[in-house]
Amino acid sequence: MEILKTYKLYIGGQFPRTESGRSYQIQSAAGQAIANACLGSKKDIRNAVQAARKAQTGWVNKSAFNRSQIIYRIAEMLESRKVQFIDELMLMGQTEQSAVEEVQLSIDRLVYYAGWADKYQALSSSVNPVSSSHFNFSVPEPMGVVGVVACQKTALLGLISQTIPLLVGGNTVVVIANTLKALSAISFAEVLATSDVPGGVVNILTGDVAEMLPTLAGHMDVNALSLSTIPEDLSRSAQEAAIDNLKRCQLYHLDFSAPQNQGLQFITDFLEIKTTWHPIEQVASGIGGY
Amino acid sequence: MQPNQHLKLQEILAQVPPIDQIGSLERVAKIQSRSLKGPTKLHGLRMALSMIDLTTLEGKDTPAKVRQLCYKAQHLHVTSPELPTVAAICVYPTMVGIAKKALENSKIKVAAVSTAFPSGQAPFEVKKIDTLYAIENGADEIDMVISRGHFLAGEYSYVFDEIAAIKALCGTARLKVIFETGELDSLDQVRRISDIAIAAGADFIKTSTGKIQPAATFPVVLTMLGAIKDHHDRTGQMIGMKPAGGISSAKIALQHLLIVKEVLGEAWLTNEWYRFGASSLANDLLMQYQKQLTGKYQSASYFSID
Amino acid sequence: MSSTNWNLEPSLESTAVVQLQEQYDLYIDGKWQAPQEKKYFATSNPADESHLSNIAWATEADVAIAVKAARNAYENVWSKLSGAERGKYLFRIARLMQEKSRELAVLETLDGGKPIKESRDIDLPLACNHFFYYAGWADKLSAAFPGKRIESLGVAAQITPWNFPLLMLAWKIAPALACGNTVVLKPAETTSLTALKFAEICQEADLPAGVVNIVTGHGDTGALLVSHPDIDKIAFTGSTAVGKQIQKACIGTNKKLTLELGGKSANIILEDAPIDQAVEGVVNAIFFNQGHVCCAGSRLFVQESIAARVIEKLKFRLQSIYVGNPLDKNTDIGAINSKKQLETIERYIQLGQEEGAEIYQPACKLPSKGYYCPPTLFTDVAQSARIAQEEIFGPVLAIQTFRTIDEVLQKANNSPYGLAAGVWTDKGARIFGLSSQLQAGVVWANTYNKFDPASPFGGYKESGFGREGGLHGLSAYLKITQ
Repeated sequence: MEILKTYKLYIGGQFPRTESGRSYQIQSAAGQAIANACLGSKKDIRNAVQAARKAQTGWVNKSAFNRSQIIYRIAEMLESRKVQFIDELMLMGQTEQSAVEEVQLSIDRLVYYAGWADKYQALSSSVNPVSSSHFNFSVPEPMGVVGVVACQKTALLGLISQTIPLLVGGNTVVVIANTLKALSAISFAEVLATSDVPGGVVNILTGDVAEMLPTLAGHMDVNALSLSTIPEDLSRSAQEAAIDNLKRCQLYHLDFSAPQNQGLQFITDFLEIKTTWHPIEQVASGIGGY
Repeated sequence: MQPNQHLKLQEILAQVPPIDQIGSLERVAKIQSRSLKGPTKLHGLRMALSMIDLTTLEGKDTPAKVRQLCYKAQHLHVTSPELPTVAAICVYPTMVGIAKKALENSKIKVAAVSTAFPSGQAPFEVKKIDTLYAIENGADEIDMVISRGHFLAGEYSYVFDEIAAIKALCGTARLKVIFETGELDSLDQVRRISDIAIAAGADFIKTSTGKIQPAATFPVVLTMLGAIKDHHDRTGQMIGMKPAGGISSAKIALQHLLIVKEVLGEAWLTNEWYRFGASSLANDLLMQYQKQLTGKYQSASYFSID
Repeated sequence: MSSTNWNLEPSLESTAVVQLQEQYDLYIDGKWQAPQEKKYFATSNPADESHLSNIAWATEADVAIAVKAARNAYENVWSKLSGAERGKYLFRIARLMQEKSRELAVLETLDGGKPIKESRDIDLPLACNHFFYYAGWADKLSAAFPGKRIESLGVAAQITPWNFPLLMLAWKIAPALACGNTVVLKPAETTSLTALKFAEICQEADLPAGVVNIVTGHGDTGALLVSHPDIDKIAFTGSTAVGKQIQKACIGTNKKLTLELGGKSANIILEDAPIDQAVEGVVNAIFFNQGHVCCAGSRLFVQESIAARVIEKLKFRLQSIYVGNPLDKNTDIGAINSKKQLETIERYIQLGQEEGAEIYQPACKLPSKGYYCPPTLFTDVAQSARIAQEEIFGPVLAIQTFRTIDEVLQKANNSPYGLAAGVWTDKGARIFGLSSQLQAGVVWANTYNKFDPASPFGGYKESGFGREGGLHGLSAYLKITQ
């Protein structure tokens, strides 16, 4: 007899069960039960946001090079567990070819974004030639804690494509996974947990988007939202809830397997620009400047 | 230096605040943008005239030249007898006796530059003799120069002691300490020497000898006024200020007075506490004064040169 | 010779340079058009409450006509022009503004109450320079975003505030036009006149009809404009409350939105700061433009070891701040923009005293007519006090003290807003340490309230999103794809 794996939540680097004590069945394409996943709750969202906030300063204060290394490490770990991911995708109904492709693309995407972690700054910052005797420069900073509703079509690729650029930029995230195809998300959490990603940087919850999203979107300590294609009313009410603390909202109605749907703008979409001024002393009667 | 004096200097040096040059320039620009009109301007011009230390400091100075200057000091413009006289005549020690005599029926003070003006590069004993000579000839005020070399070499106690020693020689004469800020590199240094000089007993602090450019720039003056203000806030004691060098137009002089008004307050707007070291400022003030009275722009030909 | 009371005489700027009409219509499609419902409202001078002019109050039909004109101009003219040609129009506008800069400065002061010194030396040069700056970008957009596909958005609805009427117009219109969009702009109801003068400049510059449309009116006009379905972009500067309404109105549309909203910015003085310049920085931070500045440094944090000294110096400094007629070239603090705003400020001043903070206002004689408020300090303010948390938008400073850098960083960031911050210290390493931890879109280190067309401006958190100015200001008006 096979042992059915219990897929738990991933919060603050731990794998707790939902505090609500509920679960739901993940089914194969044929409708057979494959596994039980946690049916995340409002309180799980609350805990995840807390964990993400706690981890945020530490994550952004890691050197850009180090963030790059950690993300590359995720790619390595995913590569080493490639077979498991392909199997799970197939179990959830994908053809072998599509499963292989999705996992391969996911790994490639991780490698791609790993390389960005110490480069986007140079491309999105500027030294601004102001007229007064001041050194003036603009640099990107993370928005903070970002709530993500992962792509509900793909199990792995969308989640990675939406989440990893945020990490690159120094954000921490709370992700609501693909409800029906939740296995890959939790397996990916296991990859993260073994990839030097500090606990709390990525938090992944499974369950009903409609139940959890209002809490995430209304949470006053979440700075931004990344929403995939979800039912119109759900998206609208999330965006309305987001207004209370002026969350930045990005709507991604995208096919993440398309090559144009990876790039710098997925990082900069969740960055703020900070401009700093400082006087330039005039020495030797010359007016210095940059 | 006495041990307690040494402690005092250490304490002073520890409290010297940093000065941001760009912020100082901006503060000056704000004050410069003020607009002076009508009676305010006229009053300012009269004040400025009364604050002048009319100066001749040349190798070629002669008794005759000094006597002519003293006459001008007392009669700024024949057609405007209502005008005040200048505050003082500023000369080399050798000319003090001449000036004293020429001014004996006036209230105009005689100031002598001292301590091997302008370079200050002489043995301390020579500086003492230099000062004593001026005092003995009746100088009311001593404009000493600091030893910039020692100051830049970080020998602050030397500089402090020298000022204190000259002050001790001055008796009732008031001591102005010239920094020659054009040689001091930065506003931080200007602030540092201001605090040292005030602590050592300066009655006035003065920017420059007039022999070096830049001289009394606005940020330098602002910085020195800041030191005077802080000293006053701390001790209640007023210290005088004398910008010198390059103040040749009425406009610049009035802007200086506005800075004093805003930074120190109106108590300083008298020649007891504020002086301009200048040789050619008086005539421009006079021309502007006439312009205010007549509405006509003036010609230099109508104002006597001395 | 002794001196007493060397007071500055009033030095009034002449208003002869300004020619006002009795009534202003809407500027739509290159023409002056009477509002459909023939409604007008009065605009007055807050310095003496005198009537200045009557201004059209645009309603739904007018907004529709204006948006249609902008759409036509976009489809048929402006989007077909090369960047170089668009740039030339902007350069031309910039020059014309420079040539009329005194008239515009005086008008800005008459209509809004700001000191002539500031409208002349700050608002006008910055506004002109903003047009110059973005004029130069118009034909370099592909260089700004190499390897990307860039497109203009279409019709931009722009709503400007009353604190920097012409400057905010420049911040909005210059990049919009440079990027190939057309605009419908609604100025704030108390300060429409310079926008209407700007419309005259557009005419004089032969800007194609419909590229810039100015619809005047109150908040209802603005609401109609942002909710118009044929708008592609909304740029709003104003209160956070209205910003949120606009964000809500945009849900489910494809309207691109940038918001520049309120603030309660922290200005931090550490014990090693250049103290006199820091005190001057405080004056710039909170008394510039009567404190009607979204990024005003309205929370002052002073390290305890120097707090008494800083406050003493600040109180002394306030004695040489001139409050009064904005047209007097010596005025530092002019008129509060409106009676309503004065009442708000006065309510907060009352509240601050009720909350137990100690108030200081220098003795100053205020004009008997018009809306004025003396510079006001509150000391002994608690972080939890409302005057330390809420935007007052007036010359009112809440001073708090702190002991450690950790403490002040926490307190500075302890706000829903995140527009700006100031840091004063002589230590470079500490400046970067602190500035990188402050949640604010602009950090002024050893300076405050500096602006430049090349410098991006905008907030974190509830202070809004998107940037105006500089390279980063372009993306607010472009669609950028791979």
